[in-house]
Amino acid sequence: MTAMAAEPMLVVENVHTYYGQIHALQGVTLHVAKGEVVTLIGANGAGKTTTLKTISGLLHARAGHVKFEGEDITKVAPHVLVERGIGHAPEGRRIFSRLTVLENLQMGAFSRPKANIAPDIERVFALFPRLKERERQLGGTLSGGEQQMLAIGRALMSEPRMLLLDEPSLGLAPILVAQVFETIKEINSQGTTVLLVEQNALQALSIAHRGYVLQTGEVVLSGSADSLRQNETVRKAYLGED
Amino acid sequence: MTTVAVARRSPLNRAARIVAFAVIAIVLYDIVLFVALQQSWLTGSKALTGDHAFGVAIQQTINALSIGAIYALIALGYTMVYGIIELINFAHGDVFMVGAFLSILVTAGIFGQIPGADITNIPFLILVLTVALLLVMPATGLLNLTIERIFYRPFRGGSRLAPLITAVGVSFILQNVALVVVGSGDRAAPQVFPLNWQIPIGDAKISVLSIFIFVLAVGLMLALNTFVNRTRLGRAMRATAQDQQAASLMGVDLNQTIALTFLLGGALAGAAGVVWGLRFGFVRQDLGFNAGLKAFTSAVLGGIGNINGAALGGFFIGFTENLASALGYSRWSEFLVFLILTFVLIFRPTGILGQQLGDRA
Repeated sequence: MTAMAAEPMLVVENVHTYYGQIHALQGVTLHVAKGEVVTLIGANGAGKTTTLKTISGLLHARAGHVKFEGEDITKVAPHVLVERGIGHAPEGRRIFSRLTVLENLQMGAFSRPKANIAPDIERVFALFPRLKERERQLGGTLSGGEQQMLAIGRALMSEPRMLLLDEPSLGLAPILVAQVFETIKEINSQGTTVLLVEQNALQALSIAHRGYVLQTGEVVLSGSADSLRQNETVRKAYLGED
Repeated sequence: MTTVAVARRSPLNRAARIVAFAVIAIVLYDIVLFVALQQSWLTGSKALTGDHAFGVAIQQTINALSIGAIYALIALGYTMVYGIIELINFAHGDVFMVGAFLSILVTAGIFGQIPGADITNIPFLILVLTVALLLVMPATGLLNLTIERIFYRPFRGGSRLAPLITAVGVSFILQNVALVVVGSGDRAAPQVFPLNWQIPIGDAKISVLSIFIFVLAVGLMLALNTFVNRTRLGRAMRATAQDQQAASLMGVDLNQTIALTFLLGGALAGAAGVVWGLRFGFVRQDLGFNAGLKAFTSAVLGGIGNINGAALGGFFIGFTENLASALGYSRWSEFLVFLILTFVLIFRPTGILGQQLGDRA
């Protein structure tokens, strides 16, 4: 585990989040230190996406706290959090289908109105050369894999210090899955802290430093990626072993 | 690796196609009218002979363009607001009505113009019109923005029905406030733009005012188009219209973007209000209902949520109404308009240029 100097970059403390009457997160506590890749694994409906949405401000916790770089962000709106350094590539990619690839990337940098974004666009194109070929195409005409690349690239355009990735491998061909995970490692090595939600637990644990296992809105297990990979329960429930 | 290039058409190419389409449509309408005017089975005893019909057809086409331009300007506000928050802003027509009255306030109040007199001094006329537009457009823009802030924003994220009903309520509020302030019935508006400025073509006279209205409206539409397609905030508007949550994750302040949409829509309605008074010479407190209904119909016809569609729909309705009245059936014009709307909605529910639904991945 990474040595913790002071407070971790992100602290989620006993968070309760609701969808109307539905009590989706029932006291989630976790933290992510600067420079880490941390993964949240768990079955459908365990609260992984809800946790990310609560961090990025799309949902607000009814109880508990979310702190980012020492500041309480529990009730802060998403557009403000982008400026503070949290990038969120949401579930289902959510790219703008009637905007071109280039416009999608420009939207990603919306929070940096004065920045020269040309080098950042080049950086995304270097990570995903396919996007460069499709620069002028409408987002909606891209294949699923390309849309996923665009979603990740778009989230990078805000220059986040912390990147929240929700199921980046969902619906991708195996070869693309490997590529996406390679890219996440690459992004992390360039200095971005990553909180990764994945169904594909094995792959996620192979690139993460640490992980949390969520079940019905609660953290039931946590530890280093290695220890989770060895864990009997995790192997049975999430790594598809009997 | 297959590279299927579905490159976007270049903007210039697209503009050329739109202009070509417009020219063809206008000429076609002119020919239809020219032929129809000569048919005695259509126009009864008022059938015209060749030369005369030719002139009247041109004259009427220009009229159709100017009334269509007014509908289009109002329709843009309906479609932009619907595009971004899926609300039919029933109060929008009344914002237009307020604009028409404010325009009288400027021409009569500031410049002392009285109904029945016009301004033949061209620099002064330009000054009066510019000041009217520069004061009325921000005023109606701010009115629309305030309506959103007070009456619609509290309902955001909740049921869609509540703001819709509120919008009807706001419409009544504006009409009734106007009733108290200006009373009922027609109020004369100073037609500062000389109506006798006409360009003779054959024995037809083309109104310069109609051309002015058309050019002004097209200019505003081009400005809007440039803003929406070429600027950072315009891009944010389009992104918000497609996916509010995703846009907010990009750093877009939804409240600000939605407010901007209402501001722009209200300003365009204000411009329509200014030219309405010039063209028709009267304004009334319930003006917004009828004009609003036509403009709303234009927006639906063109494909609600689509900016180009609203412009197209506005002109389409302008031409339809004009066709009916030019042939002597003006009492049937609304029947015709709504008949066409009904058929478009039956056979193409998304409107002429409407987006296919379900584009969210």
